[in-house]
Formats: sequence, C-alpha cells, structure tokens
Amino acid sequence: MIKHITTPLTKEKVLYLKAGDQVLLSGIIYTGRDAAHKKMIQMIEEGKTLPFDVDNQIIYYVGPTPPKPNAIFGSGGPTTSGRMDAYAPKLLSLGLRGMIGKGYRQESVKEAIQKYFGVYFGAIGGAGAYIGRCVQECEVIAFDDLGPEAIRKLKVKDFPLTVIVDAYGNDLYEIGRKRYLKEHSYDK
Amino acid sequence: MRIIKEETIVQEVKRLCQEANYILPHDVQRALMKAYEDEDGDIAKETLNILKENALLAKSTLSPICQDTGMTCIFVEIGQEVYIEGSLSEAIQEGVRQGYEEGYLRKSVVDDPLFDRINTRDNTPAIIHYEITKGDQLKIIVAPKGFGSENMSQVKMLKPSEGVQGVKDFVLKVVHDAGPNACPPMVIGVGIGGSFDKVTLLAKKAMLREIGTHHFDERYKALEKELLEMINQTGIGPAGYGGKTTALSLAIETYPTHIAGLPVAVSICCHVARHKEVIL
Ligand code: SF4
Repeated sequence: MIKHITTPLTKEKVLYLKAGDQVLLSGIIYTGRDAAHKKMIQMIEEGKTLPFDVDNQIIYYVGPTPPKPNAIFGSGGPTTSGRMDAYAPKLLSLGLRGMIGKGYRQESVKEAIQKYFGVYFGAIGGAGAYIGRCVQECEVIAFDDLGPEAIRKLKVKDFPLTVIVDAYGNDLYEIGRKRYLKEHSYDK
Repeated sequence: MRIIKEETIVQEVKRLCQEANYILPHDVQRALMKAYEDEDGDIAKETLNILKENALLAKSTLSPICQDTGMTCIFVEIGQEVYIEGSLSEAIQEGVRQGYEEGYLRKSVVDDPLFDRINTRDNTPAIIHYEITKGDQLKIIVAPKGFGSENMSQVKMLKPSEGVQGVKDFVLKVVHDAGPNACPPMVIGVGIGGSFDKVTLLAKKAMLREIGTHHFDERYKALEKELLEMINQTGIGPAGYGGKTTALSLAIETYPTHIAGLPVAVSICCHVARHKEVIL
C-alpha cells in the first residue's frame, strides 16, 4: 500500500509511518546539504534565526543540477545522508520532523529520530531526472552563494519515498536485508 | 604523422561530457532491464522500475541522469604518430568547462581539498590518465564519476599468503561497507596486482569494461562470476531496501606484481555507470 503524505509533517503523521512503507509526499520541503548544514548549526550556536523554521518540516539532502532555461528545476536525487549525521540530532531537537536522503545513518541520529518523533525517508539514489519532475516550484531562500548547496524551498507533488528509519527505531536497511536472506534461506 | 587540432578535441570532449551525463550506456541499460525482470520483491521491483524510467526520461529530455554529474575522469590513449596542434591537456580541460557550463551539469569540484574547499565553478580540473599506444589514433573516454559511490571504493595491500580467499573477503567487505550509500545496484571494478597506484587504475578500468564480457583467463572469469553471485546474495538489493540485485556486474583486471605483494582495489560505481568514448 502506498501512503500519501502532505506537509507539514506532524507528529501524528510520523507515528503512522513504518520502516518499509512506500510514500508519495506532497507539499513544501527544504533542501540542504553539507555547507548549508554547517552554516545553520553555526547560526544556532550564535543565537541567530534560521532561514526557515524547522518545526514540523522536512529537509531534503540534495544538490540539484542547474535548471535549463524555462525549467523549474534540474535533476535532483538524494545525496549521501551520513555526511549530515553530525548536524541532524540538533535540528531534530528543534522540531525538524523529517529528512530525505540515501544511505546509512549513525546510531546517534536513529536515537534522535526516536526521541523527537522524526522520520528518515530514502529517495532513490540516481533517479535525479525522475525526481526532478516532482518539483513544481523552487525558490532559493538562503545562501545563494553556495550554488547547488543553497537552501531551496520546494513544492513537490507525489515525490516517491520509502521510510528507512521510523520513530519506533526500525531501520529498513537492516530489516530489508534480513527479510530477503530469510526468504532465500541464505542466513545459515 | 597525423595532425589533430586543439579545437576538435575541445568540441569532442564537450559533447562526450554531455552525452555521458544524459545517456546511460546500452549495456548498463540492458542490465537494469534484466534485473527488473528478475526481481521478485515489491519494493525492489518498484525501485528498479523507477531507475529504468529515470534513464529513459533523461535520454529523451537530454537531462542529467543523476544530479551528481561527477568529477570528470578522462582516459586518453594517444597513438605515437599523432601530433596535437596546441595543448592536449588544455583542450581537454576547456572541453570539460564548456560541456558542463553549456550542458547544465552540476559543478562539483573544489580547488583546495583540505583548507579552502572553494568551488571552481566549471567542474575543472578533470582527472586525466594518458597512455601512449601504437598508430595514429586518439581515443578519449569520458567517465564522470559521482562521489556517493567513489567514497565507498577501497584499496588494500594483501599478503600473498591471503590468496584467493583474501581477495574474496576484501571485495565482500567493501560491498557491505558501501551498502545503500553507493546507490545500488552497483557496477564493480576489481584490480589485482601491480603496485599501490597501478591497482586502483586497474580497478577503474575494470569498471568501464562492457557488462557481460569477462577476463581472458578462465580462472579470473570464474572468480568474476563467483564474486558477483556472492554479492547478490548479500540481500542489500536496489537502493539498499533488500533484494536480489545488489550489483549489475563485476569485472577484474590484473597486472604482474612484486614477489612480496598482492594489491587489491575495489572501485565501486553506482548504476549510473557513465562513460562515452570517441576515436579520432
Ligand atoms: S552514487 Fe551515483 S547514482 Fe548515487 S548520487 Fe552519486 S552519481 Fe548519483
């Protein structure tokens, strides 16, 4: 079954999601990767206001290609989330609800996801052209000088995602592999 | 003696950068199709379906298959009888510059790797490997490499006594470490032999080999098949969500080595295994 989810992502919506669920996400999300995260954490430490209020919001780890003339968005699949692990727990503690990326997360992030009722979604790595099509509006809202790493506010429609880490502490990267091995009895 | 003009090289490299980023090689496309047909799990099948659709969409709209349009790796084979008017290296860098700018490709290169890390804004410099060959032809292979998978590649200097088992263990370890980070299904190149520098180049070259072709030595051919089978039994699956297809292919390239060594390198590429070539 595919779950349709609309942002803002409330705690109730998060509790309805389980690792392995396939989701079509619509609404507003924000982009941010390495450099933007570093800057945001600096701003928090200096007591400054963040470029957007993270409460009940989702950050998508992506650095898109430049759009062609007359296009809204270029190609934009997920980047490796692990590089944002150092920053994610802090943002979750401030109310960030969801993260979209690809790849393993550290225990500290998984614990923060459970503690603050968050969720980690996987987008399909390498499906940049396909995912780019889900973006209906795009506006750079901060750090324009960072080029592909700037923070963008995106309006997406039916962005295909899979729940990797849910608020109950399950991790699809572990479950999926085990399930496959069990079905094919390789787990001797 | 054959003369090739600098401008010809600029134009060709520019075209190759764009085509490589928009159009997935046939063999990779075919392998994705086949994997899609063979998968049985729902999530795995749907994931491969999206990857298939993505490649078709990129090709038909001339858009980048993936947003990480890579650091541009270029392999040049230059015949001894070729004379380049102007500078070959500069022509290649200029081709990359124009290709990335005019092709709406992402610029992902920083100048100083440790301290400044400032984007060069034109994706140069490319990494160029030269090889001198016989004859009067110039072959250029453009292989943009994303770093999600590049970061997962590893090299190890094994002891000769570790033998075949040591190689197998290391390859499997690298694949497990890479897991979902490398955007599986992966395309894997393994280098065995040579020296510390040579072995990584062998692995890179192996990664570029056409899917379905094998090492000429039957023993390595058997090892290629066995390793691929073992990798596809890890259950990592497409996007790491669990499934049959963890890798689309595995190729081995070898070279003589020192009596005291057994270097092994594993070059991991994602399913966006891009490369385009031209012979001038
Ligand atoms: S690893 Fe490959 S498919 Fe994944 S984001 Fe990087 S270039 Fe794209």
